[in-house]
Amino acid sequence: MIQTRRPKVELLSAEFIEKIVDEACLLLEKQGIFVENHEALELLAAAGMKVDRLTQRVHLTRRLVESCLSKTPSVIKLYDRSGLKEYVVGGDEIHFDPGSAAVSILDHKTNADRKADTGDLIRLYRLVETLENIDLQSTALISADVPHAIADAYRLYLGLLYSARPFITGTFRVEGFAVMRDMLTAVRGSSDELRKKPLAVFDACPSPPLKWSNLTAQSLIDAARAGQPSELISMGLTGATSLVTLAGTLVQHVAENLCGMVICQLAKPGAPVIFGGSPASFDMRKGTTPMGAMETMMIDSAYAQIAKRLGMPTHTYMGMSDSKINDSQAGLETGMGAVLAALSGINVISGPGMLNFESTQSLEKLVIDDEICGMARRLVRGIEQRDEILALDKFEELTAGAQFLSLAHTRKWYRKEHRFPKIIDRDTYEAWVLLGQKSMEVRAAEEVEKRLAAPAGAPLEANKAGELRKIMMGYAKVMGVSSLPESGI
Amino acid sequence: MVREELFSNIKKAIVEGDKPRAQELARQAIRSGVDLNEVIDKGYVPGIQAVGELWEKGDYFLPELITSAECMKAAMDILQPEMAKANIKSRSLGKVVIGTVEGDIHDIGKNLVASMLQANGFEVFDLGADVKLERFIEKAETEKADLICLSALLTTTMLNQKRLIEMLRQKGFYGKYKVLVGGAPATRKWAEDIGAHGYAENAALAVKAAKAATAK
Repeated sequence: MIQTRRPKVELLSAEFIEKIVDEACLLLEKQGIFVENHEALELLAAAGMKVDRLTQRVHLTRRLVESCLSKTPSVIKLYDRSGLKEYVVGGDEIHFDPGSAAVSILDHKTNADRKADTGDLIRLYRLVETLENIDLQSTALISADVPHAIADAYRLYLGLLYSARPFITGTFRVEGFAVMRDMLTAVRGSSDELRKKPLAVFDACPSPPLKWSNLTAQSLIDAARAGQPSELISMGLTGATSLVTLAGTLVQHVAENLCGMVICQLAKPGAPVIFGGSPASFDMRKGTTPMGAMETMMIDSAYAQIAKRLGMPTHTYMGMSDSKINDSQAGLETGMGAVLAALSGINVISGPGMLNFESTQSLEKLVIDDEICGMARRLVRGIEQRDEILALDKFEELTAGAQFLSLAHTRKWYRKEHRFPKIIDRDTYEAWVLLGQKSMEVRAAEEVEKRLAAPAGAPLEANKAGELRKIMMGYAKVMGVSSLPESGI
Repeated sequence: MVREELFSNIKKAIVEGDKPRAQELARQAIRSGVDLNEVIDKGYVPGIQAVGELWEKGDYFLPELITSAECMKAAMDILQPEMAKANIKSRSLGKVVIGTVEGDIHDIGKNLVASMLQANGFEVFDLGADVKLERFIEKAETEKADLICLSALLTTTMLNQKRLIEMLRQKGFYGKYKVLVGGAPATRKWAEDIGAHGYAENAALAVKAAKAATAK
């Protein structure tokens, strides 16, 4: 059998990649980078780097960058709550997850944004559990019914209670990490088990240009020591916080992420790190950060290609839209992004469900995007050789009077070769009219309710759930919060 | 005639964002002995106004807007010391204290607004990013400011805009300084809810909002 070619997009030549990486390393060495975290600066100084403690600027040598790169795993495995199912993050494997940290939810009934509450987060987590093409969870909404001080831990807490899949998450404040780690440990059973089988990825965003804040650098160090992968989310805005050229932005992106990777490796050699990002083609008219812009997607695809060359697992924010509602723009931007991300072989693709510059999450959109992700996944499976003889022998059967539809060959392969959409409309016009002339959005809303009405998967064991509650309540009390909305649900 | 030509050259330099030329023309104006307030009113201000119009028409984008604002600043930095020396009072539309509220390090939007306000004739005191709320009030007091402009890029830090207005009320300063709010999560409704005196969704509109708030 002929080996299947995995369809692939590569925007940069090998020569161009080399030039970008060279300049990124020179930038780190000559310009240096701000690291506003004492412990990280100590680690860098101990590694022999030139550190100016007054200005918190550090100059990284290429030698250190390369030696750290050689310690960084090129493939990471995440495990679900049971520890049985593994998710490979590396190579050209792709996993979709629902965006991150949206501040509001699109309310289907009013078609307007509103703040999310505990009930919304639970619905989100339960819905994602049912989606087959969006296979990772993320703490994709912020619950406004708890104080911000505990919002980072609270969204993970609900996630671990209501979902079995691995999580993409992150901290909002330095104190948030310890409690989140404790909750993950409680679910896994022990910190050793957690280290062996990571359950969550921690996003950490440098501040462009060339700065790692105290919070994000601490997150890198903490996650590395807990054995949980960090996702480096560099996010230059072309012409606003990075150079206006796509290649210039790539240089800064690579430099910032390489510094993040170095901090992780110095904190714990061999620590799992994912090369990610959320850059954007800054809109020179509106001053906004369009995630659905083609240039944004091109930067994403290109940095992922560079990361692969560096031997790191990859992540991106693609497969989302800047539209405010589930309209054509939402579909077209999400569709293009998801397909391009898949063709770029990006391992973790955060985006589905998101609207409005990563600010809004929509359950209806998640269901629509599950279709998009399914199509993208189908695309990258490529065209496979299924039979030794492709067609000739089948035509002999047909000549003898057989029909295509009833060929054993058809029955054998049709489900493998073709996917069947759930809410994409393929009805005839008449059938569509009879069914009430429903738009995609209306069908999606119905699908959301149908999925949420179905029985939920197995809950977290009672003793673990109890332990989670205890940890969450303890943290809430320390932060001055006396009760949680979740306890009433 | 020579004066008219100078004014039109100045306007052109501002519209084209030609900083060396805008500076050179400022020096030329000083040497020629023309009334410097007139130079500003008939050369520089019409220039930045034309830039605002080009923006509104959709011909100009942020890079042009900000470059022209920087040209204005560079020229004023040359003219104003000269005017001070000659005891000529430069006209100001008002004093503005501006900054990004505490907990928030985003300053692109705030910088744009500060530049545009300054370019359009406001006296701007930019406190930077992650500014303690007390600092806004202290600075407004010492400078006898007319406006306090608050930026916030995060929904969480946006609450500090509300807190500042509450602090002003407590101190009995509400209304003494008009407060304008902006930033990605801010909306007109938010501004009204918290009792701000104005809101603008972009830097060009911020100039209009500031003019409206300081009128009469």
